[in-house]
Amino acid sequence: MSQHQHINLPEGDLEKQTTTLNLGPTHPATHGVFQNIIELDGETVVSAEQTIGYIHRAFEKIAEHRPLYQITPLTDRLNYCSAPINNIGWHLTCEKLLGVKTPKRVDYLRVLIMELSRISDHLICNSIVGVDSGAFTGFLYVMQYRELIYEIYEEICGSRLTTNMGRIGGFERNFSDQAWIKIEKFIKEWPAVLKEFNDLFIRNRIFMDRTIGVGAISAERAVNYGFVGPNLRAAGVDYDVRVHTPYSSYEDFEFNIPVGSKGDSYDRFLVRDQEMWQSYEIIKQAYQKLQEFKGAEAEVYHADVPEYYLPDKKDVYTSMEALIFHFKIIMGETKMPKGEVYSAVEGANGELGFYLISDGSRAPYRLHFRRPSFIYYQAYSEMTKGGMLADAIITMSSMNLIAGEMDA
Amino acid sequence: MALTNEIIRKTLIEKFGEQVYQWEEPYGMLTFTSDAEINLKVLQFLYDDPLLQFRFMTDLTAVHYPENKGKELAVVYHMHNLVDNVRIRYKVFVDILKPDVFSASALYSAANWMERETFDFYGVNFLGHPNLKRILNVDDMEYHPLRKEYPLEDQKRTDKDDEMFGRI
Repeated sequence: MSQHQHINLPEGDLEKQTTTLNLGPTHPATHGVFQNIIELDGETVVSAEQTIGYIHRAFEKIAEHRPLYQITPLTDRLNYCSAPINNIGWHLTCEKLLGVKTPKRVDYLRVLIMELSRISDHLICNSIVGVDSGAFTGFLYVMQYRELIYEIYEEICGSRLTTNMGRIGGFERNFSDQAWIKIEKFIKEWPAVLKEFNDLFIRNRIFMDRTIGVGAISAERAVNYGFVGPNLRAAGVDYDVRVHTPYSSYEDFEFNIPVGSKGDSYDRFLVRDQEMWQSYEIIKQAYQKLQEFKGAEAEVYHADVPEYYLPDKKDVYTSMEALIFHFKIIMGETKMPKGEVYSAVEGANGELGFYLISDGSRAPYRLHFRRPSFIYYQAYSEMTKGGMLADAIITMSSMNLIAGEMDA
Repeated sequence: MALTNEIIRKTLIEKFGEQVYQWEEPYGMLTFTSDAEINLKVLQFLYDDPLLQFRFMTDLTAVHYPENKGKELAVVYHMHNLVDNVRIRYKVFVDILKPDVFSASALYSAANWMERETFDFYGVNFLGHPNLKRILNVDDMEYHPLRKEYPLEDQKRTDKDDEMFGRI
């Protein structure tokens, strides 16, 4: 068969030489419930069509019938890898609407928790990139420390994954001693762990070959596609909500915003990795700042807003005011100002926005979540076109697509 | 010179005159409205103008106001100028019986799915959209569920009897 033979076939018969591959909705590589219909020419991706909505739960409709404090558990289920950021983002939105000013200590406690959740989220994303490129070790290794972060959540709010953490105005209780012991353990042990995780990946020849140049997107296209967070910064745009619109006293902290240049999977990995180091720095600073509060100040864990902050249970049984406010909040009788507010936090995936319209009734008139991964997932087709199928998988995991966040 | 709300407002009024109105600043974010027919012109101007440079579409959604006869649906755009770090909110109101708005998906790729979502939940018809079909709900759904006339729960359910708090 050394001679090349040209076979003449009637036109039209061989027009469709591509293969259609259904990736998802429950494929292990999607890491969530969504579907990709990939058109393949051999092993090259011709086009990818995404189907989402498999776990759509109508949160925006439900939110129109719930008082503010009952919406917090809904936000848990957006990006469930970093639920506390969503919770706190929602509380910040309410506080903006209600004009509640939180004490510095609450802000720092929130920063501490938000950065811990950012680490746990990035950790999962980066180790999943490892898994999808054939390196399972990192994933198993870092699980232990995500577990530690979850234990910290547990000490603070009682639950691990869907945390429902905090209240409007602060936290439901002060951090326990156990929580502080675990936070200190985390601060002490984390750098060595992340260092070792980095050593497994960053200069690993196989990993570099698998990720460099894979799923790249230019800065201009990324902005046009509404990319945010690490994915946008990997493309070279230094937009970070924490710096551009500081909330929760982020302006008091010193940290850098890592940016990439190519916008490929390797850059996304590196940006997330560097962000974990920066988050660690912020956690240390927050811990330092929190140590400086002495006496009565060190006991402050919520703003003094009895109309909106659900009182302590023991006060409800012993004090008249607490009982009244407890009843009013639970029954949704608190005064709500009219107005519309957009508030955003830097979630683990980028700008997580809450667009809230209140008409003065017990529930929001309209609540819309700006979910980062819903918006940037639409670029997936453009990013994978012309690449290999295996690269499409890595692109997917390096974008950190969370089905809960996409579907809301 | 930092881009302030006042400058944005002046620039837009200079360009569009009476066609942009209802200037507000709730919680510091400049909010304005225009007729639905010129929404793409306004967006194009916001994108192209060297001073404004609203190149980042943060959010696109709709709100249903059933009492607002003839202008029941509001399509709300949140735009962000990443250079000067300014956000604005831009609204157009349309009749629910003829909810036609021009699609911004050619200008902002991000608008593609957000418009599909808005169509899905509110039935806003984005003219010129390349692929306007449902995105989160099932394809054969016959209504647009986030409109206010649809209750949260099926009212015919009998397994739930809550005298104290009523049904919602």
